[in-house]
Amino acid sequence: MSETHLSTRHLLGIKYINEADIQLIFQTADEFKDVINRPIKKVPSLRDVTIANLFFENSTRTKISFELAEKRLSADVVNFSASSSSVKKGETLLDTVNNVLSMKVDIIVIRHPTPGTPIYLSRRVEANIINAGDGTHEHPTQALLDAYSIRNKYTDVAGKKVVIVGDIKHSRVALSNIFCLQKLGAKVKVCGPPTLIPKHIESLGVGVEYDIDKALAWCDVANVLRIQLERQDVKYIPSLREYALFYGINRERLSKLDKEITIMHPGPINRGIELNSDVADSEHSIILQQVENGVAIRMAVLYLLAGRR
Amino acid sequence: MSKGRIILNERQFALTLQRICEQLIERYGSFEDTCIVGIQDRGAIFSDRMVTLLKERGIDAFDYGKLDISFHRDDYRKRDRPIAPSQTEIDFIIEEKHVLLVDDVLYTGRSVHAAMSALQQFGRPARIDLLSLVDRRFNRHFPIRADFIGLTADAIDEAYVKVEWSHIDGKDQIKLFSKKESS
Repeated sequence: MSETHLSTRHLLGIKYINEADIQLIFQTADEFKDVINRPIKKVPSLRDVTIANLFFENSTRTKISFELAEKRLSADVVNFSASSSSVKKGETLLDTVNNVLSMKVDIIVIRHPTPGTPIYLSRRVEANIINAGDGTHEHPTQALLDAYSIRNKYTDVAGKKVVIVGDIKHSRVALSNIFCLQKLGAKVKVCGPPTLIPKHIESLGVGVEYDIDKALAWCDVANVLRIQLERQDVKYIPSLREYALFYGINRERLSKLDKEITIMHPGPINRGIELNSDVADSEHSIILQQVENGVAIRMAVLYLLAGRR
Repeated sequence: MSKGRIILNERQFALTLQRICEQLIERYGSFEDTCIVGIQDRGAIFSDRMVTLLKERGIDAFDYGKLDISFHRDDYRKRDRPIAPSQTEIDFIIEEKHVLLVDDVLYTGRSVHAAMSALQQFGRPARIDLLSLVDRRFNRHFPIRADFIGLTADAIDEAYVKVEWSHIDGKDQIKLFSKKESS
């Protein structure tokens, strides 16, 4: 029996944790993956811990995944969504959160459309903060579960070639993935239409490829992102049809490769646009494993953060 | 720094394990419908040794597994840091079976309490017995007692009892330290 801990008391982004933290989360998630595959999927670790899920932006799978992770750890959970709250009545973020905290909440899981919101909160409130996505900035638990899924498929992330395809400019998943994969020693490229690739992204140490076929030929794993129409204030691509034609991944594209690659997607998939059903539902895809791993990873993060006095 | 006092030497240690082994055979016979579960990490080292001894005597009808209790402990959030979990290796159901729970030192009883809670994930056992190599009988926090005991050690609360194993620590022996930091 040995003790362990993360280097931080919040999970604000992958940028703010180190490789040892990531490995510790993975090792802990291994044990939780074992737990959630048992007939009784619940452990009592967090039975005196109260967690508030504050979702100021729509979410289906992340919210469900966090809630399931919290309940399987026996925590008490309160849910809050901006659409049905006093935010509509003009309450500020800090007021909302302080009101929630005065109900003795220990951990806050927050999703917010403004980048940096979790960092702002972590400096002003006592609770542990977990970032569940802040605008176009970071989505650390998604990156952790993506890297964890790669590790489980290939035993190690180091040395693997990963291409992130699609709307890199508006994607917090892309940024968190880049940080996480690089910290674990993977090689990362991004691929997409020039309008959706941020300027100076090379300064993060990633390669840029505009030709999807070349990118697929290079990689071991392709993490395909959703085209986020809701974040695009101006037209970045002429049409979805044209995007699907030039960047959509289908069986025909994969059959041209002389090797098998793994396809990932953080969901929700726009079938027929970035990913065709014949790929999404094929044996190359580990999309559903990603969802299962998401619960184990979130249990690990909650366990490790809540365990610090 | 104190080196610790040996309270069970190598020769006595071997005799004790043999004695426990005979007691188990006396109690469980052929070990049908019985499973042995070691508590990770140090309890599982002890259960590994006992299983080897039983197999040397031709007994292998039992199921054998290792149980991690990290997620069931009641001192989570009472410590400065969480406990690193180990692997649970139980690929059988304990429903209606006799379970022999194995730990190295029985002290406050909290680990055993956590282990009994963790075991419920694998079914409802007919009965749980406890084997502990060392019993610190005056330090209990819960009404828990061992059914099989290697050595009874009477020590004050601050003292620390460590079971050492030849393949890990160099020698099979049990030591008593005056304070935990000195281990």
